[in-house]
Amino acid sequence: MRELLVISGKGGTGKTSLVGGFAVLAENKILTDCDVDAADLHLLLKPTVRETREFYGSKKAVLDHERCTGCGVCVQACRFGAINMGKGRGNTKVQIDPISCEGCAVCSHACPWGAIAMKDNLSGYWFISDTPYGPLVHARLGVAEENSGKLVTRVRREARSIAEDQGLDYIITDGPPGIGCPVISSISGVDLALIVTEPTVAGTHDMERILELARHFDTKTMVCINKYDLDEGKAEEIERYCRDEGIQVAGKIPFDEEVVNALARGLPAVAPADNGFNQREGKASKAIRELWMKVSSYLK
Amino acid sequence: MVIAVASGKGGTGKTTIAVNLALTLERDMPVQLLDCDVEEPNAHLFLHPLLDVSEKVALPVPVIDQSKCNGCGRCSEICAFNAIIAIGTHVMVFPELCHGCGGCSRFCPVSAISEEPREIGVVESGRAGQIEFVQGRVNVGNPLAPPVVRAVKSKIDARQVKVVIIDAPPGTSCPVVASLKDSDFCVLVTEPTPFGLNDLVLAIDVVKELDIPFGVVINRSGLGNKDLLTYCRREKVPVLLEIPFDRRYAACYARGGRLVEEFPELKEAFWGLWRRIRALATTGQTEFRGPS
Ligand code: SF4
Ligand code: SF4
Ligand code: SF4
Ligand code: SF4
Repeated sequence: MRELLVISGKGGTGKTSLVGGFAVLAENKILTDCDVDAADLHLLLKPTVRETREFYGSKKAVLDHERCTGCGVCVQACRFGAINMGKGRGNTKVQIDPISCEGCAVCSHACPWGAIAMKDNLSGYWFISDTPYGPLVHARLGVAEENSGKLVTRVRREARSIAEDQGLDYIITDGPPGIGCPVISSISGVDLALIVTEPTVAGTHDMERILELARHFDTKTMVCINKYDLDEGKAEEIERYCRDEGIQVAGKIPFDEEVVNALARGLPAVAPADNGFNQREGKASKAIRELWMKVSSYLK
Repeated sequence: MVIAVASGKGGTGKTTIAVNLALTLERDMPVQLLDCDVEEPNAHLFLHPLLDVSEKVALPVPVIDQSKCNGCGRCSEICAFNAIIAIGTHVMVFPELCHGCGGCSRFCPVSAISEEPREIGVVESGRAGQIEFVQGRVNVGNPLAPPVVRAVKSKIDARQVKVVIIDAPPGTSCPVVASLKDSDFCVLVTEPTPFGLNDLVLAIDVVKELDIPFGVVINRSGLGNKDLLTYCRREKVPVLLEIPFDRRYAACYARGGRLVEEFPELKEAFWGLWRRIRALATTGQTEFRGPS
């Protein structure tokens, strides 16, 4: 079983559309969406949710006003500015802001009157679903919640156990943007990180940051340049950069309105084989097919 | 006034909006631009600021004096993040997991724990033309972005500057919340695709939770479908500006160009955006019929 992570650093380079294409092309796989705070893959794959599980990712400090004397020890103890002395008097003036609370529990240990308890916080949900292309594990982080890294770890663990049970060959993951905690949780231990970039100054800049992260975690990488023909000069620059760094450019995908149109209809950019694709396949779809051949032959 | 520019989905043009709004206003009022997308800061690619001040952002992480430690294990019990583990008198610290809460050192009964700063990122500041520019960068491999975001925001100069524009990271989780918190208005940038609409709805939940008045900018309008506009109309979400898809705009963005300097029609459009933001932010009203 081999794990492929599709990732981009910068958002909006088209990584979900690529994963949608791979969902059609790859056989015997499970899909996962690790972009847990703005998951989109389900819009293309139309999952039927089979199981919904709650995710308790963190704890939050909860004040018992009955016990609180308003001594202020907790206000001093909290390094995240989550506890404030409001305008009231005595025990009514202490307020804990759940959004700023990091769940460190220092206030609860420090309170001389035992007035602060740590309560499990429902931070989101994760789902096991069926799609026309195979099983999908995805998640939904609650509004303004933290610990997306932990949720990513949960999603990946589930995907791996399903893949082992069913003897699947691939885990294909749509990764989160950025280089922070959910990305770090997504990249550890994958067999290949496919980095999707675009020929813009921002795309190039962010690709360099994500490559640095991959090096940090000793992850094998390949690069794919999406919409390369929007600026062929920049695309060449990216290719040169990759050549110098010894990174394979596994594919170059042209800008094709068909991708946007397919997306607007809620369909992957690559048509399933039984749709007579080979007669009127778009140029982007063709390029994604070639990309998958390269990626899958590396993974074999 | 602090205006945050955010988007649930990445790559919708958040940085473009933040940068071009700042460029529109800079000659007429003092403007500060804060790039809070500390994982992938991009605004500098369009503004080329002269960054003459650089300050490290550090978190206090524990250091153990093994000679004092009695192996009681209190520190590992206290730590909510599994960042410190005591096996007998051998205490191990995992700095990348540590949030710097100070719990372990506070409660160690024999004061065997002190703290030392661990660098997790940097805040750089300077000027780009008339714009006061600040950006944060989290060190590669460090998972904790919010402290770097907070360090960038500590540079907000509300007394000297009339308008503070924050370029927020994409998504809806903690770095986004840290960026948006205490803003007077939030501009949500999206695009008319199913992804754009799905992620806009999530972002709206966040700004509502934070109780910040907001409006939407639709970028690349004309591509995709009509569902986004239908949604905005139905939910009475103010549409502040629509920027049509145009290959010339895309090419300008690709090479790091400035839209409002190359396309006069967009300069006008950004003034309109500013007027609508000001009107909505000062009335604190969250419902509005959108530009006619
Ligand atoms: S430390 Fe405890 S008693 Fe004192 S103000 Fe905080 S909650 Fe109230
Ligand atoms: S749990 Fe930690 S972050 Fe939350 S209020 Fe208490 S001290 Fe502050
Ligand atoms: S709390 Fe202090 S004494 Fe106890 S194990 Fe930790 S470092 Fe050692
Ligand atoms: S400072 Fe807080 S997070 Fe860091 S090791 Fe100590 S208890 Fe854990």
